[in-house]
Amino acid sequence: MIWDNAFAISIIPMLLKGLWVTIQLTLLGTLIAAVLGLVAAVIRRLQIPVVSPAVSFIVIFIRGTPLLIQAYVAFFVLPIYGISFNAFTTGVVIIGINYSAYMAEVYRSGIQGVPNGQWEAATALSLPATRVWFRIILPQAVRTVIPMLGNYLIQMFKDSAVLSAITVVELMATAQSIGTSTYRYLEPLTMAGALFFLVSYPASRLVNKLERRYAPKQ
Amino acid sequence: MHPNNDPALSDIGLAETVLSGGPRTDRITGMPTGSAPIVAGGPIVAFDNVSKNWGDNQVLKALNFNVNPGEKVSIIGPSGSGKTTILRILMTLESPTEGQVNVDGDVLWDVKLGDKIRESKVMRATRRKIGMVFQGFNLFPHMTALENIIEAPVHVLGMNKAEARDRAAELLQLVGLGTHMNHTPPQLSGGQQQRVAIARALAMRPKVLLFDEPTSALDPELIGEVLNVIRNLANSTDMTMLMVTHEMRFAEEISDRVVMFDHGSAVESGPPEQIFKNPQEERTRAFLQAVLKH
Repeated sequence: MIWDNAFAISIIPMLLKGLWVTIQLTLLGTLIAAVLGLVAAVIRRLQIPVVSPAVSFIVIFIRGTPLLIQAYVAFFVLPIYGISFNAFTTGVVIIGINYSAYMAEVYRSGIQGVPNGQWEAATALSLPATRVWFRIILPQAVRTVIPMLGNYLIQMFKDSAVLSAITVVELMATAQSIGTSTYRYLEPLTMAGALFFLVSYPASRLVNKLERRYAPKQ
Repeated sequence: MHPNNDPALSDIGLAETVLSGGPRTDRITGMPTGSAPIVAGGPIVAFDNVSKNWGDNQVLKALNFNVNPGEKVSIIGPSGSGKTTILRILMTLESPTEGQVNVDGDVLWDVKLGDKIRESKVMRATRRKIGMVFQGFNLFPHMTALENIIEAPVHVLGMNKAEARDRAAELLQLVGLGTHMNHTPPQLSGGQQQRVAIARALAMRPKVLLFDEPTSALDPELIGEVLNVIRNLANSTDMTMLMVTHEMRFAEEISDRVVMFDHGSAVESGPPEQIFKNPQEERTRAFLQAVLKH
């Protein structure tokens, strides 16, 4: 099989459309993961009877099972019980929940990294608990983990290709469908890979920069 | 020399006016001012039979310890003698294993009540009367000096922002940092950070202010500026002050009373002249000899 330039150029618009879906998946998924992960990390830290252990179990369970199975269950099994959304929505929610379990760990380390003296000063000033979390602890905890969250965003960007298995028409699925309909896989798959790289490489450079900027002092 | 005439304090010349706050109320404590503290009967801090155990190690042993309103008390003693634990129990950072602690007539700790007391309404209300200055400053590093100071008045006392800012500005002037309002802690020296921390504690108008080795984490050349601020406070307010310190000369100078601690008990308590010039207890004598030797 020889590379066909004209064919390659002709499929660029379709692939870009797929890339756009991948980017949307990633941004929305990251948003869900960042929020849910934070909620999970705080609940675990609060050590509420029953609730905190339950959240811990869910986090461990999600981390211990493959994303692909979670996506299949959500898309093919849950509709039997009347829970059904379109492929894109299901994909965003599933990858968001999946990554929230990893981000919860990241936040946990960030929260642990806030010196005890900060909690003590907050107690000495009688600050209410919500204020302590949102104004004192989390701003410091999140700041230090921003680069790690960035790394997860990039990983999610690539992992979202898995969601092609539940018919989300993102970059990978687009390349595959071009392949099946034209019997030419060389150009679409190569170019899809290149597009992934073209986005993820600058993004990881950016994360490196963030790492230097938000690195804890000393 | 009166501390307000100290040239090192020239930039806090405001001290006299801000601290005494005119004829009626003390601007810092919000309490009526007068030459003598108002003694409404009992002590403002009362430790009643308080013990604190860490496993087998008894840090405080059935301690009975009172502080009168307006009194400036320094606590001295070797490390591990339980001095800091007293302050940490008062600030509710640690719980006693046994006994009861009252502040200004209200219950802060009562071990008989069990876990109910922890973070109860009663404790939280009582705790507001107490402020603390930490050895490691513990300023919020992501907030400016001003934001550090107004945080609690606005969100705990419900003061409006403009008023809180005005007061914070006054307090920063008082500690000689009127021009550093918008600096964040990383932009300040240790001495400056500790002075902001003092202003932050004062902003809550505590009746009792605790100092936990306030100069121990400072470079030697920065200790003076912090001691000046504390001395100034001690001389010009009716606030009760309780300080754990290794600065013996300073303790001698500003305290009404000095308490020597050893192995979880108050070994000796008396006016600074007694403790430093004529200690009655052998352990006090030995400790002072050791620390004043160099």
